[in-house]
Amino acid sequence: MIELTDVHKSFGKVEVLKGITANVEKGEVVCIIGPSGSGKSTILRCINGLESYDRGEISVEGLKVDRDAPSIVKIRTQVSMVFQRFNLFPHRSVLENVVEGPLFVKKEPRAQVLERGRALLAQVGLAEKADAHPPQLSGGQQQRVAIARALAMQPKAILFDEPTSALDPELVGDVLGVMRKLADDGMTMVVVTHEMGFARDVADRVLFIDGGVIVEQGPAKALLNQPRHPRTQDFLRRVLHPL
Amino acid sequence: MKGFWRDAAEFFPILMNGVALTIVVTIGSLLLSTVLGLIWAMMRVSGIRVLSMLSAGLINVIRGIPIIVLLFYLYFVMPDLGVTLTALQAAILGLGIAYSAYQAENFRAGIEAIDRGQIEAAQSIGMGWWLTMRRVVLPQAVRIVLPPYGNVMIMMLKDSSQASTITVAELALQGKLIASSTFKNTSVFTLVALMYLTMSIPLILLVRHFEKRAGKK
Repeated sequence: MIELTDVHKSFGKVEVLKGITANVEKGEVVCIIGPSGSGKSTILRCINGLESYDRGEISVEGLKVDRDAPSIVKIRTQVSMVFQRFNLFPHRSVLENVVEGPLFVKKEPRAQVLERGRALLAQVGLAEKADAHPPQLSGGQQQRVAIARALAMQPKAILFDEPTSALDPELVGDVLGVMRKLADDGMTMVVVTHEMGFARDVADRVLFIDGGVIVEQGPAKALLNQPRHPRTQDFLRRVLHPL
Repeated sequence: MKGFWRDAAEFFPILMNGVALTIVVTIGSLLLSTVLGLIWAMMRVSGIRVLSMLSAGLINVIRGIPIIVLLFYLYFVMPDLGVTLTALQAAILGLGIAYSAYQAENFRAGIEAIDRGQIEAAQSIGMGWWLTMRRVVLPQAVRIVLPPYGNVMIMMLKDSSQASTITVAELALQGKLIASSTFKNTSVFTLVALMYLTMSIPLILLVRHFEKRAGKK
């Protein structure tokens, strides 16, 4: 469904992606792990055209990702994104945040969209917060609203860019719980994360990225329990046993 | 003091005619400068090189010319080029153009203060440039822009007196005409000053309200 072929990307003179080739099948949950600065987030941002790439090709359901082409709107409405810092619209209510895309981008009928918006808020456990504004919510609640906003687009896949990294530890569980539920429901997900427990339990596959290349990839449990590459072993040792 | 009140009662109705024109010039040029300023600011942040350079150049040219010279140009030079404007039209046009530069810089600062993540969130749900501006950036920028916008309103009210130099009989010119025909300089200009102040005070309070609201967030 999402295919990356030899994708290269530089910021100035620094090459952050040095030939990434990977694919994500429909219904699959793929976690991308790796040290910070390894290019994990950049991969996600290239997939929905928030970032351009220099060489190679990315396609979503056969449609080439080109952030300067009109087709990018179609891709973005099919591939939603959840950000590390939530990026909710602070001047709109929670429900308005959720229905913004369907209403103004996809131009769906209002009544129907509002109904779906409320259902989605209920699904992420925030039905009673529909009329609150984002700054009044905790980080975990905001991120769940952001997930509802992504779902409201009725996407074929959702990209998660370190969705729990900005949260207080006690709030992480709620967000991961919602994500796990989504995975169980068969949503296609690409998740950049430092939550190894989530990757092990929920992901179908894990990609380990370091220095702009995929160092190792494979089924989640196998890769996380018995990493083969020394760099993966070293990374996992540091993440799992920081002391 | 008694003399002042007698003079005030006599001149007040005439000066009120001036006040009416002052308000027309102020509101007219405020609207024009807001529209032009928004256009310059949008061009500036459009990400299209030609547009943003054009806008930056325009703003610098406008900023570099005194208002009074701009007014003279519109009123005295344009007729030579075949465009004849009434004094009122020239005043509104001149002040509107002059202030559009400040408005544009103010709007741009407000737009650029919006967190990059907001724009990315808008893009990620498929919004294009204009929809992102309209639904996400501008509504948030308004809060930031309002206090300085209020200050511009006060400055414009006072600078509308420059229209007197091209024969618009607004408050300042009415005052000058009465003073030079009655020699009652003290009464007349005290009255004129008080009338400007009276018009400014609501605006000053409005700015304070804006600042409080923006500070609260």
